[in-house]
Amino acid sequence: MKYTEDHEWLRAEGDIVVVGITEHAAEQLGDVVFVELPEVETQVTKGDDAVVIESVKAASDIVAPVDGEIVEVNDDLADNPGLVNEDPTGKAWFFKIKVADMSQLDEYMSEDEYQDMIS
Amino acid sequence: MPMADLSRTPLYDLHLARGGKMVPFAGYEMPVQYAPGVMKEHLWTREHAGLFDVSHMGQVILRAKSGSVDDAADALETLVPVSIAALKEGRQRYALFTNDTGGILDDLMVARKNDHLLLVVNAACKTQDIAHLQANLSDTCEITPVTDRALIALQGPEAETALSRLVPGAAEMRFMDATDLAWNGTTLWVTRSGYTGEDGYEISVPEPLAVAFTEALLAMDEVEPIGLGARDSLRLEAGLCLYGNDIDTTTTPVEAALEWAIQKARREGERAGGFPGADVILGQFANGAPRRRVGLLPEGRAPMRDGTGLFAGDRKVGHVTSGAYGPSIERPMSMGYVDIEFAETGTKLEGEVRGKRMPVTVADMPFRPSTYKR
Repeated sequence: MKYTEDHEWLRAEGDIVVVGITEHAAEQLGDVVFVELPEVETQVTKGDDAVVIESVKAASDIVAPVDGEIVEVNDDLADNPGLVNEDPTGKAWFFKIKVADMSQLDEYMSEDEYQDMIS
Repeated sequence: MPMADLSRTPLYDLHLARGGKMVPFAGYEMPVQYAPGVMKEHLWTREHAGLFDVSHMGQVILRAKSGSVDDAADALETLVPVSIAALKEGRQRYALFTNDTGGILDDLMVARKNDHLLLVVNAACKTQDIAHLQANLSDTCEITPVTDRALIALQGPEAETALSRLVPGAAEMRFMDATDLAWNGTTLWVTRSGYTGEDGYEISVPEPLAVAFTEALLAMDEVEPIGLGARDSLRLEAGLCLYGNDIDTTTTPVEAALEWAIQKARREGERAGGFPGADVILGQFANGAPRRRVGLLPEGRAPMRDGTGLFAGDRKVGHVTSGAYGPSIERPMSMGYVDIEFAETGTKLEGEVRGKRMPVTVADMPFRPSTYKR
């Protein structure tokens, strides 16, 4: 698992990267009440806004961490946005990106480095 | 603002000990939430009893130099479009300070005690409110800010059960009563009111006993501490205005749909007018206002927050002033101002959220029926 400074976690599965937010991020957001997911087959560039999360406090954006194509989104979050608080690193993944160049993940933090950043 | 410049209420240490997440609010460090979070705290208040520290709000005693509370009422009527003269001893009423253009300087509660009026004003406005009272009423009245008492709100269906364990007289009160009750050798100033749409109380406690009193309530199974986050979603479900968002110096009481706060005695007859902006406000009573504050229910789950533009086709017809998710109604809700021809309940509009137009319907407020004990 890799981590971004924006508190996203990235899990590589072959040439697919699964993206979600960390427990720390979910805690900071508070109760999530709405998740807007991207369309499948969207081409994204690293840094593009991909997901909008609305919590009881505010709206936040989740950016695409790598270049690629959105190949699957987690439709469960539309009906049950609270999953983001219940299981942020498991059931509440946001989308899967098909990545041309997996070396894009190299710049991101390891779990230890991420824990250092938030502590 | 650096936290070092912020004031603290007498319950600051208690908030920290209870895991309150402190944020700057109106010049104070206040708990925005505790460990359970906004959603659970909101629902707890609706089902049991929520305890809120509202000590940052301004408590002000207004006493006529003549000693007559009637004179204090007459004096205050020159600043608010509300009938204070007719307010009976032991009763409380919602009021508004208006300005010369009919805008709202602040909203407040006024209680009539045996020999004075007790005002509770918003934290962010209290310095200017006190200056406003002094500038206009100091010839005839003494204006005394109360700086040695905490103010606690206890709200929810189990508030009566909880508070009357400490002060049995609380159970005898009805909505908008204001009474002094004895507790532990001191006097509590109690009103049966609040800002959540629930039955409940606001209790003014002398500072030395504020922590003990609060701890005595929090020790009860019915009572949990609640932060500002849930206070905001509770008041919005109840259709109540937040000063600075939903009402301010650019909104009149008529535009803000607060006509109910202006009793007939201030509109007609010998006590009519005589408050700042009376010509504008009474003119709008007679002829209508160009826009109106309304409830708004967005379709779908995306909240429409303050600043969201409202459209009818290509025409911009208003904007949202407060918006959030309503935990009890289980859907997003907003309030805002729309041009008067779009203010009717059921009118379909669109709100622009992140560049996209989303359907929203003008709706009656409160979004959730209030449960005051009248």
